[in-house]
Amino acid sequence: MRARAALLAVAVLAALAPSASAAQRASLTEIEKQVMCPVCGTLLQLAESPQAQRERAFIRRLIVAGKGEGQIKDALVAEYGNEVLALPQGSGFSLSAYLVPIVAFLVAAVALALGVMRWRRAGGDSGGGGPAAPAGPKGSDAERLDADLARYDL
Amino acid sequence: MLAVLAVVGLLVFGLISKGSSGVALGDPAPATPLPRLQGGGDESLAQYKGQWVLVNFWASWCIPCKQEAPALESFQRQHGGPRFTVLGIDSRDLSGDGREFVRRYGLSYPQLRDGDGGAAHDFGTTGVPENFLIDPAGKVRWLLRGPVDDEYLRNEVAPFLPKGNS
Repeated sequence: MRARAALLAVAVLAALAPSASAAQRASLTEIEKQVMCPVCGTLLQLAESPQAQRERAFIRRLIVAGKGEGQIKDALVAEYGNEVLALPQGSGFSLSAYLVPIVAFLVAAVALALGVMRWRRAGGDSGGGGPAAPAGPKGSDAERLDADLARYDL
Repeated sequence: MLAVLAVVGLLVFGLISKGSSGVALGDPAPATPLPRLQGGGDESLAQYKGQWVLVNFWASWCIPCKQEAPALESFQRQHGGPRFTVLGIDSRDLSGDGREFVRRYGLSYPQLRDGDGGAAHDFGTTGVPENFLIDPAGKVRWLLRGPVDDEYLRNEVAPFLPKGNS
């Protein structure tokens, strides 16, 4: 009974092993979405130029040779330079491509919060509560208004 | 205010970094070191000072490059020497494909590799093939944004070259 269970376990593992390695195997479709066609200036996925075909063939050869996605991208960088990567790398100056939008968003959020606080504080200084009643005419304006109204017999 | 300045700064940086590039007749030729396509090590146009150099940008996937390669090799065999050489620059190409191209067409002149297209950008190329004739002082004396053939090389390039040695 125990031997049968062990055999079954081995069979299950053997069946799972190929699918696990297949899951880790690099895929041309996935890599095409992450790298550029340097001559076309577009994602490789969208490119049909002769250079793009050569680049695809190069990727296919590396996949067949058992290289992983990272190794293939490294090989492409060695051939074409960093600009072959559609997404900047997360280090060095390229990191700014990720950091600048975050920092800009935070700066904008802080500026907005400060602006709202200042606006609310200014509202509080003017007496708070509801909206202020409109101010009527004062001084000579008020006298002129009274005189004008007096001329009309309403 | 700070955010506005930052955005303006980024825009200016973008404009400067994407600014116009390229060479015109009489300009000094860019002499950034490039790796050799075969054999390892770097080389730059500065090493060819004192010599006429026909710089040929090409790529193995480019059909006109295949068509002009025999003419360039023939011109090199005829004129190549201490005072003139063709210098191939394999641009935005796979190095293995580039080496195979050199082997297939039996190209005997020196070949450099410009994988990221930086040298092509410095020269202001718009594609491949493009040809630039550099004088012994390192200045661009002639350029053709397209393929050359035997007749063109004989009529347009050869007259620049010193008689007798090449």
